[in-house]
Amino acid sequence: MTALHRKVWRELWQLRSQALAIAVVIAGGVATLLMSLSTLEALQQTRRAFYRDYRFTEVFAELKRAPEELGAALAALPGVQQLETRVVAAARLEIPDFTDPATGLLISLPDGRNPELNRLFLRRGRLPAADRDREVVISESFAEAHHLQPGDGLAAVINGRRQRLTVTGIALSPEHVYQIKPGDLFPDAKRYGILWLNRSPLAAAYDMDGAFNSVVLTLARDAREGDVIAALDRLLAPYGGTGAIGRADQVSHSYLEAEFQQLETMARVFPTIFLGVAAFLLHVVLARLIATQREQIAILKAFGYSRFQVSLHYTQLVLLMTGLGLALGAVGGFWLGRVLSELYADFFRFPWLDYRLLPSHLALGSLITIGAALLGTFGALRQAYRLPPAEAMRPEPPARYRPTLVERLGLQRHLAQPSRMILRHLERRPVKSLLAILGIAFACGILMVGNFQQGAVRHMLAVQFDLAQRYDLAVTFTEPTSRRVLHELAALPGVQAVEPQRQAPVLLRHGHRTFRTGLQGLVRGGDLRRVLDEQFEVLDPPRQGLVLTDFLAELLAVQPGDTLSVEVLEGRRRRTSVVVEGLVREYVGVGAYMDIEALNRLLGEGPAVTGALLALDPEQRPAVVAALNRSPRVAGITDRLAAILSFDETMARTVLTFAFISTLLAGSIAFGVVYNSARIALSERSRELASLRVLGFSRAEISYILLGELALLTALGIPCGFLVGRGLCWYLTVGLRSDFYRVPLVLESSTYAFAAVVVMASALLSGWIVRRRLHRLDLVAVLKTRE
Amino acid sequence: MASSSRTADDTEIVFRAQALTKVYRMGEVEVHALRGIDLELPRGEFVVLLGPSGSGKSTLLNILGGLDTPTSGQVICGGRNLVAAGERELTEFRRHLVGFVFQFYNLIPSLTARENVAIVTEIARDPMPPEDALTLVGLAERLDHFPSQLSGGEQQRVAIARAIAKRPAVLLCDEPTGALDSQTGVVVLEVLERINREFGTTTVVITHNADIARMADRVIHLGDGRISTIERNPDKRPARELSW
Repeated sequence: MTALHRKVWRELWQLRSQALAIAVVIAGGVATLLMSLSTLEALQQTRRAFYRDYRFTEVFAELKRAPEELGAALAALPGVQQLETRVVAAARLEIPDFTDPATGLLISLPDGRNPELNRLFLRRGRLPAADRDREVVISESFAEAHHLQPGDGLAAVINGRRQRLTVTGIALSPEHVYQIKPGDLFPDAKRYGILWLNRSPLAAAYDMDGAFNSVVLTLARDAREGDVIAALDRLLAPYGGTGAIGRADQVSHSYLEAEFQQLETMARVFPTIFLGVAAFLLHVVLARLIATQREQIAILKAFGYSRFQVSLHYTQLVLLMTGLGLALGAVGGFWLGRVLSELYADFFRFPWLDYRLLPSHLALGSLITIGAALLGTFGALRQAYRLPPAEAMRPEPPARYRPTLVERLGLQRHLAQPSRMILRHLERRPVKSLLAILGIAFACGILMVGNFQQGAVRHMLAVQFDLAQRYDLAVTFTEPTSRRVLHELAALPGVQAVEPQRQAPVLLRHGHRTFRTGLQGLVRGGDLRRVLDEQFEVLDPPRQGLVLTDFLAELLAVQPGDTLSVEVLEGRRRRTSVVVEGLVREYVGVGAYMDIEALNRLLGEGPAVTGALLALDPEQRPAVVAALNRSPRVAGITDRLAAILSFDETMARTVLTFAFISTLLAGSIAFGVVYNSARIALSERSRELASLRVLGFSRAEISYILLGELALLTALGIPCGFLVGRGLCWYLTVGLRSDFYRVPLVLESSTYAFAAVVVMASALLSGWIVRRRLHRLDLVAVLKTRE
Repeated sequence: MASSSRTADDTEIVFRAQALTKVYRMGEVEVHALRGIDLELPRGEFVVLLGPSGSGKSTLLNILGGLDTPTSGQVICGGRNLVAAGERELTEFRRHLVGFVFQFYNLIPSLTARENVAIVTEIARDPMPPEDALTLVGLAERLDHFPSQLSGGEQQRVAIARAIAKRPAVLLCDEPTGALDSQTGVVVLEVLERINREFGTTTVVITHNADIARMADRVIHLGDGRISTIERNPDKRPARELSW
């Protein structure tokens, strides 16, 4: 090792606490980058393989009922590579030792074998045998939620008929990587499961003998998805086709896409912030080091080291600090990536997850990090490069100070001498002060992001469940039913109120934009299901026309007063024009609403209902659920309370993990910025402060000069941080906007408070450490040394 | 004849400076450090540059050593014009031909005595081992001490060892005893004297201490950026006889 190398190592050791503070910030950037990239890679890689090996289809279509012969005609459509027909049915499930209402999606398998498309991955057990009517394979998340094993039994009420079923296997499907009940906010594996059984018994139970109600297909190589969907829709329309969709609209797939998008955002935003702050910190530390080593630089140059060698020497110091951060970050990123992947594995059910840290990601991370570090320290390194050897031998000329803005405004009489020193010092290096403030602000902002989701989701829940969906149970019927059923429901003991529901699948069209959704009929003056306007005031559905979720209006580019074309996708398949009367604020789903009477007129089917909403006496809830479970006309029951509880449970796990990690990382930024600013200030001013001590200033008074500066930076940084945090949260909400839900930009005061408290705590901690050094200041030694 | 004798003279001359001027800015002040210096330094000579502070001594030394460039004028060393030299040439020049000793030693605090010398020998062409250089200045016992563990005189001797270890053609010393007491200063001067004698290294010592001039071959008086007088020392004294 050369003497110059020894110098690097020894000085790194001297700077160890600052270097470590910087390394931790760098590690934060590297870790978030590697975490997002490796998780994204793992998920994408796994999905690609799962989709390919288990032949995930590209187009999906649901219809009411079509004879099996039509299947051949569909398969012959140009652009179709392979097609399968099947029977899909919703059923109520009865699970041993579980009294809450649960729903299952029943999907047919070709008798006794795995389908050709959307093949099942059997985790355990076997497929139903060809001649066994009561054997069923269940989805893994559902099995885990209820601890169901092959051999266990459960019951399904299909089309009003209760059937006992025996679990023979536990499986995963590329079609249901993400299992969420339509209309739900979060998956609830206890109350929603996917069940696969032989086609013959399912068709028999569901009146689908020799018929099908679902089609899945893969596309030929050069086929255009839109063309195939259009052709399919034409052929299926007479059979109650509700419109075919591509993968982009398939629930499981589009949730995955949305999640990938979010990970990509994360891979961009967070590392940028962390590495930006780290670059700034490196700059500050190196600039100071080079200023204090002017003479050493001169000596090296005087003895014949070239400018390049000298700047390379300091570059090595930067690279060592960066390398330390990289190493910490790589370990942290690998660990965080595992944690995140496991978290995802709960939501996204893949048969396997190929998690590993790719060398290419590590290389990319190193490249970005080193790039940022060198960019940040470029100015300081150039200083070392340029410093003429003779110039360096002379002491630095006194720093130029001037009266500050405060003083130019004539306010100085309000400030004591020490306060003026603080202000002049900050104003002398406006860019550095500004960057320090910005660094603190970003720490504060990231802290807000960590807690924002929790608050925002709580707000979503409050709006969704306290203001809009106020029912206890939502019941859907097997088919449109006469309103008499409402009286029967109201007569059940424990039911306090009943409101009708009418829902129809429709295609909304405005110009060239179309959107498929459920058009819901609401009772005017209803209390159990209400829609809200922008100010969260209850909006009564208009007698004529419809109201739209604000997000849907955006998608369709319509405003109140515009006319939409509405195409009903069931029954008589009417097509009419309806005026948009208003917009509804909703965070979940994309809905369109009408007065229930108007909807019935539009459908031309008289006063039928497809479901009912119930308010219950909490005491009698189990009895009501049991009674509904016995009713053959009830296709499904949704429990609002259960939805909230399960949501809270999910939230607690994911959001808290994220909040913990981001708090840790943001705290490290805050500490890194304040601590390094403090150490630099101490190094720059120890002579000045020691002189003041000699002149009779107390320790407290000189601490004030040094720490007052930091306090001022922190105090300015926090409100800026609130703005930064709001901006980051806004950016996140934009990234999270989807058909499924929109996270509102609602920031609770506790979110602000938490961020501010953590930043202040980090500042106090670093202030305390520096103050201890300040107290140990050796007056004589400091004054004897030449600046 | 005349031309051949001049050539013979030239080989003897290590440095030739002509009409050197230097103006630089320090903070917001413009300083005229040199106002026209003409100077020749023959090989093996021990020269003392004497002058009060602000007379331009250090500036002259920096320019001779290739640390600084003059505002105008020429410096010829070994047939090369340093003023016209680029950064690379100047670096080569400093690396192989010049040794510097500064008033405040300017050792690198994070390196031991041995390493402070090694940092120079590692890039030199034909250096002596750092241990030998330190033995020459009487510090064989203190090789692994850090600067903070050495006295002022010891630090300055490390600095001298560092300067001579590369076997430079010229040794430029800027107030080498300025920060030392008389007794320690004499020890340092004895080392310089010995190097000059044993290796024939041209040595330039700048100082404002007139006593040191007694050990010089030649004394150049500097004042206000100009050479006021040059005197040959008829009665050169050994360093150990000096005191102030």
